[in-house]
Amino acid sequence: MALLTALPILAVFGYVFVPAPDVWQHLRETVLTDYLLNTLWLVLGVGFGVLLLGLPVAWLNSMCEFPGRRLFEWALLLPMAMPAYIIAYTYTGMLDFSGPVQTLLRDLTGWGYGDYYFPNVRSLGGAITMLSLVLFPYVYLLARAAFLEQSICVLEVSRTLGSNQWQSFFRVALPLARPAIITGLSLALMETLADFGTVQYFGVSTFTTGIFRTWFGLGDHAAASQLAALLMGFVFVLILLERWSRSRARYHHTSSKYSRIPKFRLRGWTAVAAVLVCALPLLLGFVIPVGQLLHWSIKVASKGLDSDFINLVWHSLMLASLAAVFALLLALILGYGKRLNNDPLVSIASRIAAMGYAIPGTVIAIGVLIPFAWADTQLNHLSKQFFDSNVGLLLSGTLFTLLFAYNVRFLAVSLQTVEAGLGKIKPTLDNAGRSLGLSPLGVLRRLHLPLMKGSLLTAILLVFVDVLKELPATLILRPFNFNTLAVRAYELASDERLADAGLPSLMIVAAGIIPVILLSRSISKSRAGEH
Amino acid sequence: MFKQIALSLLVASIATPVLAGGEVNVYSARKEQLIKPLFDKFTEQTGINVNLVTGKDDALLERLKLEGENTPADLLMTADAGRLHRAVAMQLTQPVESAILQQDIPAALRDPDNQWFGLTSRARPIFYAKDNIKPEELSTYEDLADPKWKGRICVRSSDNIYNQSMIGSMITTVGTEKAQAWADGIVKNFARPPEGGDRDQIKAAASGQCDIALANTYYYGQMLVSDEAEEKAAAEKVAIFWPNQAEGDRGVHINISGAAVTKTAKNKDNAIKLMEFLVNDESQKWYAEANQEYPVKANIAPSEMLKGWGEFKADSVNLSELGKNNAEAVKILDKAGWK
Repeated sequence: MALLTALPILAVFGYVFVPAPDVWQHLRETVLTDYLLNTLWLVLGVGFGVLLLGLPVAWLNSMCEFPGRRLFEWALLLPMAMPAYIIAYTYTGMLDFSGPVQTLLRDLTGWGYGDYYFPNVRSLGGAITMLSLVLFPYVYLLARAAFLEQSICVLEVSRTLGSNQWQSFFRVALPLARPAIITGLSLALMETLADFGTVQYFGVSTFTTGIFRTWFGLGDHAAASQLAALLMGFVFVLILLERWSRSRARYHHTSSKYSRIPKFRLRGWTAVAAVLVCALPLLLGFVIPVGQLLHWSIKVASKGLDSDFINLVWHSLMLASLAAVFALLLALILGYGKRLNNDPLVSIASRIAAMGYAIPGTVIAIGVLIPFAWADTQLNHLSKQFFDSNVGLLLSGTLFTLLFAYNVRFLAVSLQTVEAGLGKIKPTLDNAGRSLGLSPLGVLRRLHLPLMKGSLLTAILLVFVDVLKELPATLILRPFNFNTLAVRAYELASDERLADAGLPSLMIVAAGIIPVILLSRSISKSRAGEH
Repeated sequence: MFKQIALSLLVASIATPVLAGGEVNVYSARKEQLIKPLFDKFTEQTGINVNLVTGKDDALLERLKLEGENTPADLLMTADAGRLHRAVAMQLTQPVESAILQQDIPAALRDPDNQWFGLTSRARPIFYAKDNIKPEELSTYEDLADPKWKGRICVRSSDNIYNQSMIGSMITTVGTEKAQAWADGIVKNFARPPEGGDRDQIKAAASGQCDIALANTYYYGQMLVSDEAEEKAAAEKVAIFWPNQAEGDRGVHINISGAAVTKTAKNKDNAIKLMEFLVNDESQKWYAEANQEYPVKANIAPSEMLKGWGEFKADSVNLSELGKNNAEAVKILDKAGWK
């Protein structure tokens, strides 16, 4: 199963051993250093950014009580519904040299070009900011779930041993939550590595844009997939990092006693500070860009809203739900299979399968097409031989391909979440279940699934929102007469009709919001003793 | 659950109604909003149903190639001649005999072997900020590489196919060396690292960030008719200059959107009918009005606005050259350090 998912990745890598010395020399002499440095800075910058934005709010919302907390608790997940390329469009529209902010500034002061400093949105720094603003919820989500699932007893023990609130955070809660935090971080960074829309729009050359340019512009598949292999190097480091953080110690809760977390009530300036810390990422990552989208949508509302549009919404929602359910089932099979027999082969296979998250959707789409188109050709040969008729593209011409591609791309999300969930359940519980006569499947159904309800919902939801936002694979693989909101938004924006792209973009965000709210509620309730 | 999934997959894959007049399957790199209205009219008039997938040109080519002889696609549409040539080079197309197409489309805008046909055209001239530049100061593309323009030129990134094609045409007309020298020179004159799209270049010139912008005509046209006051105001601050018009010079760089019938088309006749429909007077007029592009058909006048921009001599290099030179063009851009 894992091998099947890894197939597209392997198919692209089939080209790796084809030598392409000329193109490589050209790349080395001209753009390779740029690709390397920009990618490195991007990953470091976004990594720092998502921790900076995600961790404090996770802690504040799990352990403290302050005005507006109930709102922030779920609202801080909202930026997740905002695709990175769309937030990039909105900020560029606002802050560009010819945008309203700088124009107003010039009108007020009489300055001209070059008379003043204004940070350029379309830059590496801009890309880091945009990606951090929409990816920090991954860290927030997983860290908060981890904080909430920690038995309060360990914190209380640390307090009785003389630690103050801060010390018990840094010495106990943070290390305990580390696997979850790093999972969140690595998801955010993988998404960063795979990002195409934002960096391309900002003109920052990274591996992703480099692969695309080499594959299509230079027409060299070998060099392109060798670049992709280098990109894999980055991913591999990320995965090792995540493994390493988990393997150093196994964290299982020693106590299953949960009591209500006594929330630390903030007052006065600490409360104001907490509200500010929570409000800032929410404002920048959601409220302001949505405001801009609304502004654009209202301008063109009469043009964009028709029955076609409802079709788009329906297609997008259906596709995202189907893909999310598939991804969860696959993740359960893989994750549970690994728990049952710790075969290194199974482990490696699921690692490779999970790498898809960091591979640009374009590469995956081509990787999916290679084996599927081949299989279709074989099928047609067979049917021609036996029935003297062509069956057409049974695999590569239908939604099946697209769903498969989503799974290759997003399996890491569901797998990591499911594994993190399973990791928190003590193996002794399995043994107890088995000794009481449950089959392995029974253990899964009767014990694990109820215990992991929060993690499972998280997995479904993350994939749902991701698929809703996904662009390159959808663009390449969808069947005839089948469009999604993301495709529509992209087509309008790439035709430089930003205002017209506002409405479909807004719908993507809106469709992503409802599950985000559901998710937050279920996490709050997932903690035993918390209702 | 599996039953439901299987069911919806089935419905999605067979939901396309089959009309009496048959059907034609189109892979298009042209955005849906630019072709769907015409397709609908075509279906209305002929009863032939048009099935459409849109996408990035290169990705569609890759899909076509991988699907091989089983591809359902009959017609490939792109917004760039270079890509059509690439489709021919990849042996994904077939020649088409059609008196209408051959008669209506000028020879430079279609493949010499009738493998592809241009359906609309646009120019990539020089735009200048009216406040800062007099048209007398401008002459040719080559002149933009002169140090006097240092820090005054805006253009989009070299990832963009329009820039690649422009260099591609220069490789044919002036040779690789001169094209390289030109790219090296113009990069030194950039007002800022390349960023944004064609409209952004025009806006940058309008707001004083640079004096000169390179962009396609239809973006300018769309800005002039935009509902957004700021876009319109920005476009009104810049004007078009047609470069390289002197006697014997090559003229303004142009490109087309066009179509080709796939090698294994199962609905070849319908595909040809659709192409012929797209060059009939009414469709050509609609294109010109809706997207501010130039009709390929000589007897159709462009929109009033396009007429107002004046007549110009267009580069007559056969557009398949753009495709032949694409990889070379990308290398030139990389070497010049054109981001």
